[in-house]
Amino acid sequence: MARATQTRREFLETTAAIGTSLVIGFQLPAAGRRRVASFKPNAWLEVQPDGTVNIWTGRSEMGQGVRTAMPMIVAEELDADWQTVHVIQADADPAYGDQMTVGSRSVQTGWDPLRHAGAAAREMLISAAALTWGVPPAECHAERGVVRHASSGRSLGYGQLTERAATLSVPANPRLKSPAEYRILGTHVPRVDTPAKVTGRAQYGIDVRVPGMVFAAVARCPVFGGHVTSFDWAAARTLPGVTGVQQISRGVAVVADNTWAAFQGKRALRVQWDEGTNARWSSQSIHDAFVAAASRPGEAVRTTGDVTAALGGAAHTLDAIYDAPYLAHACMEPMNCTAQVTAGKAEIWAPTQNPQGIQREAARLLGIGPEAVTVHVTYMGGGFGRRGGPTDYATEAVELAQKLGKPVQVVWTREDDIQNGVFRPATYNVLRAGLDAAGRPVAWSHTLVGPDGPSFMITRGADELIYSIPNFRLTRVKEDPGIPVAPWRGVGPSQNGFIVESFVDELAHAAGKDPYDYRRTLVASQPRLVAVLDRAAERAGWRSPPPAGRHRGLALWQFGDTYVAEVAEVSVQPDGLPRVHRVVCAIDCGIVINPDTVEAQCQSNIVYGLTATLYGEIGIDRGRVVQSNFNDYPMLRLAQMPEVEVIIVPSDAAPGGIGEAALPAIAPAVCNAMFAATGTRIRRLPIAHGG
Amino acid sequence: MPEFTLSVNGQSHTVNVPGDMPLLWVLRDTLGLTGTKYGCGIAQCGACTVHLAGAATRSCVTPVAAVGARPVTTIEGLSPDGGHPVQRAWIAEDVPQCGYCQSGQVMTAAALLAAHPHPGDADIDAAMTNICRCGTYQRIRRAVHRAAGGV
Repeated sequence: MARATQTRREFLETTAAIGTSLVIGFQLPAAGRRRVASFKPNAWLEVQPDGTVNIWTGRSEMGQGVRTAMPMIVAEELDADWQTVHVIQADADPAYGDQMTVGSRSVQTGWDPLRHAGAAAREMLISAAALTWGVPPAECHAERGVVRHASSGRSLGYGQLTERAATLSVPANPRLKSPAEYRILGTHVPRVDTPAKVTGRAQYGIDVRVPGMVFAAVARCPVFGGHVTSFDWAAARTLPGVTGVQQISRGVAVVADNTWAAFQGKRALRVQWDEGTNARWSSQSIHDAFVAAASRPGEAVRTTGDVTAALGGAAHTLDAIYDAPYLAHACMEPMNCTAQVTAGKAEIWAPTQNPQGIQREAARLLGIGPEAVTVHVTYMGGGFGRRGGPTDYATEAVELAQKLGKPVQVVWTREDDIQNGVFRPATYNVLRAGLDAAGRPVAWSHTLVGPDGPSFMITRGADELIYSIPNFRLTRVKEDPGIPVAPWRGVGPSQNGFIVESFVDELAHAAGKDPYDYRRTLVASQPRLVAVLDRAAERAGWRSPPPAGRHRGLALWQFGDTYVAEVAEVSVQPDGLPRVHRVVCAIDCGIVINPDTVEAQCQSNIVYGLTATLYGEIGIDRGRVVQSNFNDYPMLRLAQMPEVEVIIVPSDAAPGGIGEAALPAIAPAVCNAMFAATGTRIRRLPIAHGG
Repeated sequence: MPEFTLSVNGQSHTVNVPGDMPLLWVLRDTLGLTGTKYGCGIAQCGACTVHLAGAATRSCVTPVAAVGARPVTTIEGLSPDGGHPVQRAWIAEDVPQCGYCQSGQVMTAAALLAAHPHPGDADIDAAMTNICRCGTYQRIRRAVHRAAGGV
C-alpha cells in the first residue's frame, strides 16, 4: 500500500499545482504522523472526510473507457454519489494485481474484485454509522454517499464516517447487489476523460515534461535484427538544437533540446548497418516460403474425429487458400517514453498497456529491483496491442536516460512507428471442408502457416469454431521470416475471423443455403449466438432485398464470453473497391457496465477492422518495410465511414470483453457482401491490393 | 538564430528558433502548449491542426517563418473554459476515445462551423479529413451537426 499512498500524494501535488482544493490533509508527511482520517480499506478506493471518493483504476486508458468503467463498478457497490467520485490512474504496483491492459479483460477480470472492494467499504461505512447510533447495521442502508437509519430518520454522509470505518475490519464476503439494484451500472455515465480530451489538457506520454529533460530520436536498422557498424554525426551536430549522440542497443540516438531538432538530427546521421540475415526477405519470398512450408508436417493444434476419412466420404468437398498480411498498429500517438535514471532508481512516464512489464524490463536493464522503478501511466493515444506485450519503446528511453544522466523523452517519428515496429503476423492458410448430402459440414481441415509467436496471436479463432463439425483438424506450420510480431487488436481472430467466416460462407453457398439460415442451423443449440444473429439479420432487413446496387454479407463471432453478429451493406465502386454504407452489429457482452461505451467500442472495432480490410498491408522489400506513413499506409476517414448501428442484446451473464469482440466479424461481413455483389470470393486481404 | 514574434491565443511570444522549424514544435516544445499533437509530420492526419487567422492549418508542415503576423489559436485558446459550442457538442456526444486526435478534430470542426454555420454532410466529409484510429467518425459527424444547432 505504500506505493499507492505515494501515488496519491503525487496526484495531489499535481492537482494542487492546477489549483483544486483536494489537497487538504495530504501535504503532511505520511511517516510518523497520523493522517486526517480518510478511509482506505483497499487499493481501489478512499473516502475522504469531505465525502470525496477517490477510485483508482489499475488498468490503462487507451480509449476503451476503462478509466470510467472500472470506477463505475466500485462506485455501484459502494453506493457512492458518482458526482463526488474522482478517478486516479494507478502507477505500476502489485497491489492492483496484473495491470496488463490487453485481451479485452479489464472489466471481465476486474468484475469480482472491484465489486467486492466497493461492497466491503459500503458495509464498513454502514457498520460505522450503526455503531455511532447504537443500532443494528441491518436497520441501516446506504444510498448515494449517505448512510440512513430509516426508522429514526437519521443519516450520516460517508465523509463523516471515515474515522470510525477505518478502525473496522474488512469483511471477507460482503453482500453484492443483484443487477435489479443497479443504478450506475447499465446507465450512460459520461466518460470521465472527455473534458480533458476536448480542451487539450489530457496528458499523453508525448506531453510529459520533466525539469531538465532533453529529447531524442533513434535511428534503428531498417532491416529487422540488424546492428550498427559505425556512424558519423558530423552533419547532425551542426544543426541548431542538437546537443549530442549516443549509441544504444537498438541504434543511434540523437539528443536535442526539442523534438524537431532530434528528428532533423536523426535524418542527418550517417549510419553503417550490419543488416544481418533478414535482408533477403521480400513479400514475395515470404509468401513463397509460406507456400512451401504448407506441405511440411506441422504441429497438430486440435484434432477431433478422422478428418481424412470424413473428407474421403463427403458428398462434396471445397478447397480454398486464404492470405492475411502483416499489419502495423499505427496508434495515433507515435511510440514514446520519458525516463530518468538516478542513483539506483528509475522513474518512467509511459503511455503503456504494460506498466509492470516496463517496470520488470527496466529493473533488469539497470540491475536494480523492480521496487526501485516507478512507472507512471499516462493517457495513451491508442494501444491496440502495440503498447501491450512489447516494451521496446520504454527500454530504449531507460537505456538512454542512464547513459545521459538526465531525463530524456524518446519520440518515434511516424516513419519509425511504421517501419521499425512490431506487426500483426501474416499467415497463409490452406483449407479443405467436406459437406454431407444435406450440405452440412462433416469435415474441416486447416493448415495454418505463419511466423513464430504465441498461439493466441496465430491460431486462436481458428482452433475452436462456434460450429460443431465432427471431424476437425487445425495444423500449424512455423516459418519465420524474422519480422517481429506482436498482438494486434483482436489477436488471432483478427485474421482468423476473416478466414473462418469467409470459408463458412463458401460452405453455405456450396450447400445452396442462405448464409444466415446456414449459420443459424449450425449454432441452433447456442442461444446467445442465435440471438445476436437473429437481431442483426432482422435489423439489417436480411429477408428483404437490399436497396438498389447494394449487397449484404454476414458474419458471426464469439470472442471470449462476448457474442457478435454483423451485417455489412456494400456497393461496388468503379475501382472495384467496396463502399461500405451500413453495418449492423448485434452484441451480447453479458452485463453492460456503460452502454455508450459498448456502442463506441463496436464502432471503433468496425473502423479499425475495416481499415485493415480495405487498405491494411505491410509489405517487405530487401528486409525493409515498404510503407512509411499515412500516405502509403492509408486509414479510413470520416467520408468513408459507414453508418454503424449497434444493438445490445440484454444479458445477465457476467461481463464479457468489448475492446476487440466486434473486430473479427467485419472483414468477413464485407468480403461476403462483395461475393454477393460480384460472385468473386475475396481470399486475400487487403481488398485494395488485389483481393 | 532568428527571432520571431508570434501571437498565440491572444498573447505575444518572442521565440528564437530556426525559421524552418514547424509551428507544431514551436507550440509544443518552445511554448509548452502540448494540446496540439504530432501524428505524422506530413499533413496527412490533422492531429496538429490549429487556426491561423481563423483557418484550420496543419501546423506540422507550417514553418514558423511563414506564420508572420497572423494570429495562432490552439486548442488551449479555443475557449477560456472548454465552453466553445464544438467542445460542448463533443462532450454531449462523448466523442473521444483515446482522444489523441481530438484537439485537431475539434479545431477543424470549429473552423468549419465558423465558415459554414450549418454544414451539410458533404461539407463535413470535405472538411473533416483528420484521421482517427479509434473510429469516432460517426460521433464526430453527429457532434458537428449538434454544434451547428442541428441536433
